Amino acid sequence: MARLTVNPTRMELRRLKTRLSTATRGHKLLKDKSDEMVRRFMELVRINKSLREEIEGEVADALRGFMLARAVSSAEDIEQVLSMPKVEVTLHAGTKNIMGVDVPDVAISMPAIGDLLPYAFSSAPSDLDNAVIKLSQLTEKLLRLAEVEKTCNMLADEIEKNRRRVNALEYVMIPQLEETIKYILMKLDENERGNLTRLMKVKSMMQERDG
Amino acid sequence: MTVNGKIAVIGDKDSVLAFKAVGVEAFSASGMFEANDLLKKLKDDYAVIFITEDLAKQIGDTLEKIKSRAYPAVIPIPGTAGSNGFGMEGIRRDVEKAIGADILFGD
Repeated sequence: MARLTVNPTRMELRRLKTRLSTATRGHKLLKDKSDEMVRRFMELVRINKSLREEIEGEVADALRGFMLARAVSSAEDIEQVLSMPKVEVTLHAGTKNIMGVDVPDVAISMPAIGDLLPYAFSSAPSDLDNAVIKLSQLTEKLLRLAEVEKTCNMLADEIEKNRRRVNALEYVMIPQLEETIKYILMKLDENERGNLTRLMKVKSMMQERDG
Repeated sequence: MTVNGKIAVIGDKDSVLAFKAVGVEAFSASGMFEANDLLKKLKDDYAVIFITEDLAKQIGDTLEKIKSRAYPAVIPIPGTAGSNGFGMEGIRRDVEKAIGADILFGD
């Protein structure tokens, strides 16, 4: 590992030692953060997977029912009965903070199931009723999925970023600093020895002259 | 930050119409370009956008771009034709990105 280009002085040495201790502490903190994020991520992604498995089956089911309904009555009829939805799903979209990442946090308010159909029973086939009811029961789950999946997405991104930082510190910054500190120490020691030898030499020369 | 979120769904006509009944705003798109334009237009106004998997698969680049913000959450859902596995693939990619190996679907 290449060392930094610095003057081998005591001041520089002290500065580098401070930097090294900061880097080491930062590395430890980031590593802890990474561990915790991975733990949270694993919890969430398991939920995400099971939710998605559930939903994929059910949505496809509901939509198939809907297709059947479309097949038995005219497109205009369907369009008409659905054009004025009675229910409005309202979504309170907030954010919460997981390990420094702003993730979505939704609160859903849904009207009770009983009055979901925006049309009279007589005006549409029963397949449509079923499909609509199924779909409205699914809405809450879908939104839950949206929240969890987005959270997983963002956490995964953040974990990746964080890992890069950890690696940069662990494999580049810290070795570099250590190497440089060692270099400066060596250099200073070398100077010290040189100085000592010179003094001894001078002393022996003086003794020879006087004696 | 709290916004009053609206929900939209983008997909082929057959798939999205059903969502109208549950109070979700439905936008139909017949191809990837239309879907792309719609998504760009809707992304600032809606909190959650559902998009059918076959369309989502085609406009993956755009989805990638809006991933970094908390909202909107763009979520692939199966269309009338059933699931093509794009949504699951997304989860798998996340796991790989975060952990480095696929440990959830490996078994």
